[in-house]
Amino acid sequence: MPTVNLNKKKVLEYIGKNISDEVLSEKIPMIGTDLEEITADEIAVEIFPNRPDMLSEEGFARALKGFLGLEKGLRKYDVNKSDYTATIDSSVSNIREFAVATVIKGLDIDSDFIIRLMQVQEKLHTTHSRNRKSAAIGVHDFDTVSFPIRYTTKGKDFKFIPLEGKSEMTIEEILTVHPKGKAYAHLVDKDLYPVWIDAKDKVVSFPPIINGVHTTVTENTKNILLDITGTDDKVVLQALNIMVSMLSDAGGKIYEVDVSGKKYPCMVPKLMGLDINYANRLLGIELDVESAIDYLLMMGFGVKKVSGSAVEVSVPSFRTDILHPIDLVEDIAIAYGYENFESEMSDATTVGAELSKAVFLRKVSELLVGLSYLECKSFHMTNAKTLFERMNHEVSKDLVRTTNAVNIEYDALRYRLLSGLMKILSENTHNEYPQNLFEAGTVISKDDSSETNVLESTNIAMVSAGLTSDFSSMKAVIETFALNLEVAIGFEEYEDPSFISGRCAKLVLSGLQIGIVGEIHPKVLVNWGLDVPVAAAEIELSKVMDAVFK
Amino acid sequence: MAESEKKTYNLQYHEIILLKKLSEMKTSTVIALDKILGIDQAAVVRAAMTLAHLGLLKIDESDKMVVALTRDGKIVIDKGLPEKQLISYVIKDKNVLYSKIDIKDKNIALGWAKKEGLVELEKAGDDMVVKVTGKGQDFYKVKSDIELALLNIVNNKPVDKNMIEILKKRRLITAEFRTVRTLSMTPNGEKIAKSVKLVKEVSKVTPELLKDEKWKDVQFRKYNVVAPVSSVYPGKKHFVSQSLEYVRRIWLEMGFKEMEGNLIATSFWNFDALFVPQNHPAREMQDTFYVDVKDGKLPDKKIVADVKKVHETGDKESCGWEYDWKESDAKTVVLRTHTTVLSAQTIANIKESDLPVKYFAIGKCFRNESLDWKHLFEFYQMEGIVVDKNANFKQLLGYLKQFYKKMGYTAVRIRPAYFPYTEMSCEVEVFHPLKKEWVELGGAGIFRPEVVKPLLGIDVPVLAWGQGLERILSEYYKITDIRDLYKNDVSKLRSTKLWMW
Repeated sequence: MPTVNLNKKKVLEYIGKNISDEVLSEKIPMIGTDLEEITADEIAVEIFPNRPDMLSEEGFARALKGFLGLEKGLRKYDVNKSDYTATIDSSVSNIREFAVATVIKGLDIDSDFIIRLMQVQEKLHTTHSRNRKSAAIGVHDFDTVSFPIRYTTKGKDFKFIPLEGKSEMTIEEILTVHPKGKAYAHLVDKDLYPVWIDAKDKVVSFPPIINGVHTTVTENTKNILLDITGTDDKVVLQALNIMVSMLSDAGGKIYEVDVSGKKYPCMVPKLMGLDINYANRLLGIELDVESAIDYLLMMGFGVKKVSGSAVEVSVPSFRTDILHPIDLVEDIAIAYGYENFESEMSDATTVGAELSKAVFLRKVSELLVGLSYLECKSFHMTNAKTLFERMNHEVSKDLVRTTNAVNIEYDALRYRLLSGLMKILSENTHNEYPQNLFEAGTVISKDDSSETNVLESTNIAMVSAGLTSDFSSMKAVIETFALNLEVAIGFEEYEDPSFISGRCAKLVLSGLQIGIVGEIHPKVLVNWGLDVPVAAAEIELSKVMDAVFK
Repeated sequence: MAESEKKTYNLQYHEIILLKKLSEMKTSTVIALDKILGIDQAAVVRAAMTLAHLGLLKIDESDKMVVALTRDGKIVIDKGLPEKQLISYVIKDKNVLYSKIDIKDKNIALGWAKKEGLVELEKAGDDMVVKVTGKGQDFYKVKSDIELALLNIVNNKPVDKNMIEILKKRRLITAEFRTVRTLSMTPNGEKIAKSVKLVKEVSKVTPELLKDEKWKDVQFRKYNVVAPVSSVYPGKKHFVSQSLEYVRRIWLEMGFKEMEGNLIATSFWNFDALFVPQNHPAREMQDTFYVDVKDGKLPDKKIVADVKKVHETGDKESCGWEYDWKESDAKTVVLRTHTTVLSAQTIANIKESDLPVKYFAIGKCFRNESLDWKHLFEFYQMEGIVVDKNANFKQLLGYLKQFYKKMGYTAVRIRPAYFPYTEMSCEVEVFHPLKKEWVELGGAGIFRPEVVKPLLGIDVPVLAWGQGLERILSEYYKITDIRDLYKNDVSKLRSTKLWMW
């Protein structure tokens, strides 16, 4: 979620009233943004992804002004008729098919405005437009462009001077040399490339990569041409409306552009029905229709009473987050103030219950604790070296790995618990022996028969490290375990590379192997930097539990 | 009478035998007593101190020169001075070349012998031959003053002060002042020594002693009850487990059933069923762990169709996200990024006739983050849902307040937040009474109708929360580096304060 640094003076200027930092820091978090800091010049605030319309000073001030009760109802955005036209060539259809344009005139642009405009454009690109994939915004000096304009395609050898470029470059060169070209080349990986061209064949932009140099917005610019292209028509239109409302709030006049027969922008609000009783029921409060309407007006909606508790709400065209009447209910709650909700205890009577697995795990842990074992808790994420190599084992083909771990030391899921306890022993050689440790928890392996192709089961492992630790002491622990759970666990000779040959047994329950016990092999002890003997065991608790609850 | 005095003094076995022995000897040094009494030096000192404290004997401390032979000194007693050994060697083998002489400290021996005029050297090619002088012959025949002095020291006879200096210089002895404690009886001590009865002292209660009331005839050796003892270590639940058990109990007491579910889920359950659109940034690689298995399987066809529809076109009331929902994206397998997966799966398994229901879960979640003092890539989340036709936003606050009150936080507040699957959405904060600041603990809200309807079949308010636990646990255990929660330092596990609720 993006943090934006808003120009405080600008925000207050748009609100039209001086508001103290104290009131700002109290109110801003309650509108549904995460305030980070207010300084002398700036408001640093995190805008949640549902409110891209608040990324600019204009949009933020618009929302805050209503929330403070200084402006109510739907703000009007008049769109002036014009004869500006644009055409979309059919060749873009599989490339970057959606394109719209609008003209804003009469802006007072200074260097500060240009910086703010770029910031909004950038934040909209990275969040709302999914890094320019869904939509890309081009901002141009209208007076450098000759209408009608065309949205068409060109081949890789097509040449023009890009923004931040000194001389003509081919599209191919832009994509391999220009910083913006390199960054976004993956979005236009086709034979044909989308280009906006004006009536004099000058390149306006090469979306979503870069504008042509000659349309650059400067402090002398008075009128702006917006072009927005993308792969998702909804996102394209939302981005257009967010930009248009911002520029209009900044003092510009909106002029429509006819793009292949359709006129943009369309600032007509969406209509949505709402029953105030629905809001009251969900919120647990009893607002009368008039106050509910007032709250909606504070949040910038238009409202018309229909009948009884039913109202019709006009949703501004830049509010991308209103999908369902429930979203209007939330805005009523925000205007009402989250801090004003009293807590209430529900009288719904239900009976609590634990999972039998949780009970079983607790009982088993208590038994081990009674035998002076310390419980450990380690991460489910580990690595193959810990799980297998250090344990003198080949890596299992059933090991589950993550494909994209940031931290390569933790790129696999634990397959067994014992290796985790050995790691803990290796990190505790400075502490007093004997060290008797156990861990109970989930182990994970591949299994095509499950919904996720992964099997999760519960194991318990224990280690006893110290000069007197040996096979028989650990066997005694297992026998106590079996006795107390009333399960008949048998011991059979077994070989495992982690254990000393001849001092290892497999644990058998109803003919099935359910675990292993033995003295850890010296090679494994050395691998872990240990200089005391270790007796160890691991039991598949899920299987024991099946037997216990049978 | 004697019995009463013994009781007055309450003397222990060691003290009695010391007092009785000293009464015979009248005076003795402490050093001399250990062998005589058959107890160790420290025990003699302890007994003497106690008796002196009671005024039964006197301890005089004086500094005394204590002389002891060094290793070289002991060699001289055995083999004579080095120069004597040298002369002895040369007398036996007159023409031996100096380099061939095989005795210890040959050069030192030669140095002393030459200095004292006991030998002369003659050149023999590159080497030398040692010739014994007349004085040397005499020296060889008799014990020298040094040797005699050393013998006197061994036999505890007095040695001249100058000689001590010479012996010290030749490193044949060490001589230093030590404190010598001399014990002597007081008149009261004499009286008690005569009257006190020696009772056998034992150190342990044995089966033998318990038989036939034998314990009545013995005295148990007194222990120093304040002396340090060696540690014992408990078997113990991990401190995080202790606190999680308490958290479980709170929800159980409030009538919540525990939810079951896996750590690994398909994107369908982790995201799609929760109305998270397929192009949502949270689904990208930098946040979510994907695993190296084949695509997973989707649930019941009806649920999949309803979820697809609500994403693509919504329903009567919702316009949905308006995009082409892809089954293939929903099949990818991920480590669950929130326990909310369990809530979605649970809602899909209940019927309208089951309502109202409340469920909770405490489980690990995973985020693809690097590990540092503030961040974990896997952490506990406490999930709860209340599915009830009469549930409302104020009750959500009620449940959370009740929970945090039991965790020791009386002030709870909520702020608007955003999650794709809840509306209202809020961030829950508790007031930290000591730090005097609000601490963010996680999200809560009411599930969107777009989440509930496809899973349950009807639109019912579902109060839901997913709260982090590590922060409040760290607070309780005064841990500042969050990694320490799972470091498994054995000494910390043994000594960390118990969870006291």
